[in-house]
Amino acid sequence: MRFLFKTHYNQDIDHLKHGGDRFWYGLLLVLVAAAPAALGTFYLGELNLVMIYAIAGVGLMLLVGYTGQVSLGHAAFLAIGAYTHSLLLGAGLPFLLSIAAAVLVTALVGAGVGWIALRMTGIYLAIATLAFAMLTEQTISRAEWLTGGFRGLAVPQASLFGIPLTQGWQHYYVTLALLVVTLLAALNILRSSTGRALVAIRDSEISAESVGINVAVYKTLAFALSAGITGLAGALFAHRLGYLSPDAFTFLISLQLLLMVVVGGVGSMRGVIFGALFIGFLPQLLAIARDTLPAQIAQAPGLEPGIFGLILVLVILFEPQGIFGRWLKIKSYFQMFPLYRRATHRRQKTYLRTERLR
Amino acid sequence: MEGVTLSQLLQVLVNGLAVGCIYGLIALGFVLVYKATEMVNFAQGDLMMLGAFVAVTLIGDVGLPWVLGLFMSVLALAVFGYLLDAFVLRRVLGEPQFAVVMLTIGLGFIFRAVAGLVWGYDPRSFPTPYTGKSLRVGEVVVSYENLTILLGTLVLCVVLFLFFRYTRLGIGMQATSQNQLAAYYVGIPVKRVFSLVWAISAGVAAVAGILLAPVSLVQPGMGFIGIKAFAAAVIGGFGSIPGALLGGWIIGVSEQFAGVYLPAGFQEMAAYGILILALILRPEGLFAQIQRKKV
Repeated sequence: MRFLFKTHYNQDIDHLKHGGDRFWYGLLLVLVAAAPAALGTFYLGELNLVMIYAIAGVGLMLLVGYTGQVSLGHAAFLAIGAYTHSLLLGAGLPFLLSIAAAVLVTALVGAGVGWIALRMTGIYLAIATLAFAMLTEQTISRAEWLTGGFRGLAVPQASLFGIPLTQGWQHYYVTLALLVVTLLAALNILRSSTGRALVAIRDSEISAESVGINVAVYKTLAFALSAGITGLAGALFAHRLGYLSPDAFTFLISLQLLLMVVVGGVGSMRGVIFGALFIGFLPQLLAIARDTLPAQIAQAPGLEPGIFGLILVLVILFEPQGIFGRWLKIKSYFQMFPLYRRATHRRQKTYLRTERLR
Repeated sequence: MEGVTLSQLLQVLVNGLAVGCIYGLIALGFVLVYKATEMVNFAQGDLMMLGAFVAVTLIGDVGLPWVLGLFMSVLALAVFGYLLDAFVLRRVLGEPQFAVVMLTIGLGFIFRAVAGLVWGYDPRSFPTPYTGKSLRVGEVVVSYENLTILLGTLVLCVVLFLFFRYTRLGIGMQATSQNQLAAYYVGIPVKRVFSLVWAISAGVAAVAGILLAPVSLVQPGMGFIGIKAFAAAVIGGFGSIPGALLGGWIIGVSEQFAGVYLPAGFQEMAAYGILILALILRPEGLFAQIQRKKV
């Protein structure tokens, strides 16, 4: 076990608690920065996609994992970010300004949704966000004068400081930089009073209200933040797609984002990264697995969503803390060896927790 | 508007009511489970799909008589629902609502993939003894398919009402839904009651699937209609059985009217638009089940 010797109060809120953390995260940063030199175009593109997923996941995690508000409609924010960015880029705005505008627009829409959702909780909220996503999808496909409808919208070529972004590695570095900025921003929000207010709302709305947290303001803020970050991911996603159409932002995408948060581990930013790696590389793993399966099963068109569903069910039944939770358990097994006890991590069940009384 | 006659309005209304009955029946399945166990079953639409496929197999492929096949498929789904609760869903009892939502979404995906593997993705038609016949009342034409939907829903609701009102088990279920702990203390087998509620809910889903199958084709994706049924359940208050039916009718009728009298696109949006409006105006539904706790 490691015992920290604290000499300053600020050590309590350090992102990297000790030398080991600093070493490993530094190594990780060096590795991802060096990745374009080692990886081929295909895997670099996949890694880029994983990082885009991770940005969207950070947005969703702020809402689901830290504020406790379920959203089944985050594909809508992804779509709004993507379309706003492409339209503004097409209108001649510089890349960075256009991304900032996309984030702002999406955050405003998110604030609107959050404000409407204030009176709802639990399942009603989930369904309302689902309905919002469906409405957005329909609106995008019908507003042909703006979005091109199902004919699609070509995403203009981006250029940064006068250099056109044409190569995979250029997009990779832009995404990497934005992911690091987003992660640091989210972590800083979480260790500020805003973040503590969000967590308080997640744990109990009534007690948060009683200690003087303005629940309405912070819930709306959480929605705005979450939507804005997801909008950023959407803007980057647009470049990845190259051609936008409403069927790229269906209910399935919302579910995939939620799957990422759940499989990675609800309530931790590291979980987001694990989850993004998982859903980014699962299709590749499945493609490899298909070669070994009997042809009848392997060629079935609906196999992939089915496997997604199966993994979701297994994770919720057997490891509700996700990949990150499993990692914590493995780590503490070795840290406390040979004194590890399963009961340390046993979940507490809360029976009789009714939603009908509130 | 010119050209709008009373008979045309009535025609659209009847079609809307028939569609609304299907939404209502799926919503009824949500509500039954939610009332008893406070779980929200996102796989209800997919249970309906399974019911329709089982019926197609039993009646179309095996060649059972229509009524017997219908009865058998409802029974099969009920058993499936019972086992689903006993082996899978009981494990997440007491977990946060979020876990249950994700679990049932995952189950829905699995059902769809399995249905695709077993029955294929080609849409199939469902033969019935009454296909193609219709009834004329004045200028309004009611097809037998729609008539069976309306009548079937009515019969099912009366049966359910009588069951919850007069049988021992039904009253036990009501007690369980009001207070699980108290029900357990007075000797109601709460676990078995939960599984039976799931069985009934799956059975209702099968009925909805069998009624819907003749008017739409049977395919693995037909369960997506469940999302609209959600809207129906929420409008009705997500815990009220008459509310679910009423919500279904509201959605079904307004969808049909939007399809006939509004520009293209509004038909698909009607359900969600009404849902959001309803949630803004009355977030607790038409028949409220939530009370504020005093602390």
